[in-house]
Amino acid sequence: MSFGPTTFISAAGSTPVLVIVIPLLAAMLAPIVSRIHRSVGWYLATTATFIAFLLSLSLLYTVIDGGTVSYRMGSWAPPMGIEYVVSYFNGFVLAVIAFISFIITLYGKKSVEQEIPEQKIPFFYSAYLLFIAGIMGIVITGDIFNLYVFVEITALSGYALIAMGKDRKALMASYNYLILGTIGATFLVLGIGYLYIATGTLNMNDLMQRLPEIYDSTTVITAFAFIMVGLCLKLALFPLHIWLPNVYTYSPSIVSALMAATSTKVMAFVLLRIMFTVFTPEFVLEVVPVTKILIVMSCVAIIMGSLIALGQTNIKRMLAYSSIGQIGYITLGAAIATETAMTGSLIHILNHALMKGMLFMVVGAVVYKTGIVNIKDMEGLGKRMPWTMAAFTIGAMSMIGFPFTVGFISKWYLATGAIGAGMWYLVPVLLVSSIMTAFYFWRVVESVYFKGRSARIDTLKSPHHSDEAPFGMVVTTLFLAGLCIYFGLWASGPVEVAKNAAAFLLGS
Amino acid sequence: MIEIILGKYNYWIYIALMMIGFYAMIAKENLVKKILGMNIFQTGVILLYVSISKVSGGTVPIIWDKGGPYDNPLPHVLMLTAIVVSVSTTAVALALIVRIYKSYGTIEDDQIVVINSHDGDKEIPSEKASTII
Amino acid sequence: MELEAIQSFRPLYAMLASAIGVLLIGLSWEKPNLREFWTILAAVIKFGLVVSMIPFVLAGGVYECSLFTVVPGLDIAFRVDALGMVFAIIASLLWIVTSFYSIGYMRACNEKNQTRYFMCFAITMTATIGVAFSANMFTLFLCYEAITLATFPLVGHKMTAVARRGARIYMVYLLGTSLAFQLFAIFLTYNAAGTLDFAQGGILTGTGSTALLTIIFILFMAGITKAGMMPFHNWLPAAMVAPTPVSALLHAVAVVKAGVFTVLRVVFHIFGPGLLDSLGISFFAAYFICFTIVMASVIALTKDNLKARLAYSTVSQLAYIVLGAVMLSPSSMLAAIIHIANHAFSKITLFFCAGHIYAVTHKTKISELGGIGKKMPWTMVAFFIASLSMIGVPPVAGFVTKWYLAVGTVEAENPIILIVILVSTMLNAAYFLPISYKAFFGKESPEDAGSQQGSGHHKVRELPMMTIPLVFTAIVSVFIGIYPDFFISLAQEVLRP
Repeated sequence: MSFGPTTFISAAGSTPVLVIVIPLLAAMLAPIVSRIHRSVGWYLATTATFIAFLLSLSLLYTVIDGGTVSYRMGSWAPPMGIEYVVSYFNGFVLAVIAFISFIITLYGKKSVEQEIPEQKIPFFYSAYLLFIAGIMGIVITGDIFNLYVFVEITALSGYALIAMGKDRKALMASYNYLILGTIGATFLVLGIGYLYIATGTLNMNDLMQRLPEIYDSTTVITAFAFIMVGLCLKLALFPLHIWLPNVYTYSPSIVSALMAATSTKVMAFVLLRIMFTVFTPEFVLEVVPVTKILIVMSCVAIIMGSLIALGQTNIKRMLAYSSIGQIGYITLGAAIATETAMTGSLIHILNHALMKGMLFMVVGAVVYKTGIVNIKDMEGLGKRMPWTMAAFTIGAMSMIGFPFTVGFISKWYLATGAIGAGMWYLVPVLLVSSIMTAFYFWRVVESVYFKGRSARIDTLKSPHHSDEAPFGMVVTTLFLAGLCIYFGLWASGPVEVAKNAAAFLLGS
Repeated sequence: MIEIILGKYNYWIYIALMMIGFYAMIAKENLVKKILGMNIFQTGVILLYVSISKVSGGTVPIIWDKGGPYDNPLPHVLMLTAIVVSVSTTAVALALIVRIYKSYGTIEDDQIVVINSHDGDKEIPSEKASTII
Repeated sequence: MELEAIQSFRPLYAMLASAIGVLLIGLSWEKPNLREFWTILAAVIKFGLVVSMIPFVLAGGVYECSLFTVVPGLDIAFRVDALGMVFAIIASLLWIVTSFYSIGYMRACNEKNQTRYFMCFAITMTATIGVAFSANMFTLFLCYEAITLATFPLVGHKMTAVARRGARIYMVYLLGTSLAFQLFAIFLTYNAAGTLDFAQGGILTGTGSTALLTIIFILFMAGITKAGMMPFHNWLPAAMVAPTPVSALLHAVAVVKAGVFTVLRVVFHIFGPGLLDSLGISFFAAYFICFTIVMASVIALTKDNLKARLAYSTVSQLAYIVLGAVMLSPSSMLAAIIHIANHAFSKITLFFCAGHIYAVTHKTKISELGGIGKKMPWTMVAFFIASLSMIGVPPVAGFVTKWYLAVGTVEAENPIILIVILVSTMLNAAYFLPISYKAFFGKESPEDAGSQQGSGHHKVRELPMMTIPLVFTAIVSVFIGIYPDFFISLAQEVLRP
């Protein structure tokens, strides 16, 4: 173990740190450069997320070619220094997150200009980029305390972003999220403290090597319990989801899209990471019966999320409850803990980010053009915004899990994984949930296409004509919709990566 | 028994602080009191970290002339970060409360719930939405 | 015997013909004549492509076309064998006929959204041929669901509250059961067999316990709701809100036939007759289906709405096909396959007639049809011929089915089923013949007679655009009743061990 700075240079150079530093720097620059012109903030955000996306792609390729990449912060060798690690597993998630954030940023220009007061736009982009830097940091860091810090960076910028929603309820949504989010994060830091007491290290790899000897110690089990509860709060696993619906409903459209696509996914990723690479499959499967509990909780989440979504009248809230159900899919695959099911879980991180991000983008476009958020008012929107609604239909089919969309791929791996693990009784849960999903999405699709214009649309300018959202919004939305189908038909690529990542997680 | 209670008093204090804070965060209706609870809650955690860094007979971890056991500095450093996080969370929360007070005229959670239930789902006025374009 | 297989994109081209048609139809939405030309052209090209594959398939060959792998284990692949050929020929031929008829009907009734209608029609046909040519259960499921989606706008075409309700029931039944049961069955099948490719003699033999395989079979049967088996038959009458050409499409060409075709695929190429026989479930299933046959006929008797009566008749007739398949005797399986064709031509004739009557007189009830045979002779004669086919009177097509089915029951030594078939024949007669009787010998209702004399332009006249298709299908019904060799030889190709 060397204590001094070393001249270690990893294969990927300083790419791992640049992925975070670039959005971080841009976040600081945003309020300053926006003084030149108000749209500079957007260009800055787009450029930063685009560079981050390219870097994350190059990292992913490096990892696929040559295995895990490690970067030592300030050249301090782990376990003393903070280490950034990119493996198959988080390289994949990193690329997904970076890609989705880039697309959403690209999409959001007009939406932000409309929904955020002009003088706040620079700060909005600042918080926005900080949020992205935070989630990327969560994914890439190899140090568990650093993880906590990034979780809080993400959360704090998230609170600010949510509170910029137009409705005053956004303020309360943000406040409640702040309270619950802080409880979650504090539990996390408590758990980390216990781990440190037990092992004297904060490096994840190091923890993984030191923990197995003391798996039966109460301290370790307490630490694990605190971390799990904290993370489940953060990822909104039913019944710890109460903060989520209001947050998704009242945030500015672009924030809803970004958070729906990335933040809970990233927390699910952290859950997987801690369960399987800080602790080991042996621990979660044998020492403490956490996977069994998680299976039950996931099933409850899947069913309850869909059930509550059925009764919603506000489209954003419906999507939010749908997200709660979908999070259950991800944790379910992790809890079954076979390679196939885990592949399903990981691929669902990508798939759900695509679909849900896209659906929230559609809603954003609808809000932008018409201000409509109630499903009842959406009647007849199919003719007014044909392209946007086509994207919505694709998203809906994807959520239901039709066999040419990404939704089917996730379901396929989760279901065959469950049957393969001898848990065939989980399959009806998935199927019942997809039927309920079909109900609540088809209701929307039907009223959009097969009903006359709602009174609300008649009050808009020239109600008879189609009036599509701005080009940038439509194109990005359709692009994601296209990907929902593309990755539903040519899924081998992502599945291959996810499979390797699953194998990596399960230590085989 | 007595030894467990008295000998580890710092841990008992940490648990007590956490529980007090946790209770306030959940049970209090006043938004500011919730934040007070949150601060107490986080202070409890800080106390835990600081407690575990103590090495028996250890001194300030500054390498001076005498050797010998030092306290573990790392938890202190970690807690510096945690304090920063805690302060910024408090700042954001207070800023939010100010805006909540401005738009609702109250900072009592139960009253806000009542106001919200009368509100319905307010939407962005459509004319405004289509003219800004 | 090993089948001769050649790699060819021809099955794909057959699908693409209508898929490209969709685009062209959509692009020429401003010019109805051009739009309809594309529909007809696509239909004709598609039929030509399907026909061009007949000789090789009849000789025992197979066209194969592997497109790509979605993920390992899930392939999009097409394969033209004799069973798929039976379905594809019927579907593509009837599409041409239905297109002409649709044009006549839609224009006569001044329906709105005709472009959407023709586009969805073409998508449905693409998916239908996809079902026929699927090489594995995944591709089949994909196309199966695509049919459901593409027909939804057709069923709810009128966009009224009633139409929406009908379409919603349609969607709930078809989508709900396929997602709940069929997909579950597919998961279990894949897990047991490790593949979803159709194979002669089945893929499940020796892969699981009897209980598991029985469950898979039941799940498949419950999940393939398009076959209209009770208790999941309600979508068929509910879908009657659709314009009549759509009903014709649903009942004769695309939807229900996709359902029974899927049942046949499952019986022949997932399970295989041998395995089903050893499971001992087939006769239980057969009795269950007998219940559907009789009950549907009884319900049909009570319906006064012409289309509703035809719908229940469809439920009953489809059950013949499934019955033939699960009885597993050589003649009954043969009957099942050829009845796809026989029922298609006869039932589409009946629906064409119902639609023609509606388009010309706006009548939907049987009790109002008195004396209509004199005004619409061609239509009602065609209706009569098709009814005879439904009842099973020689020389019309339905007789051939009934004959082989009866022989099948004798081979299977099961007199109960034979009795059920006879009873159902009588019931068929009881609900079809009165219609023709009323049409030719019944009295006109007084107000009809009054309005006839009053104004000249209300005079009821048969429209050639609609009459020609229905006369054509009636003639085909008779023709394949007299010369059933073609479909029988294809069926024998399917059943060749």
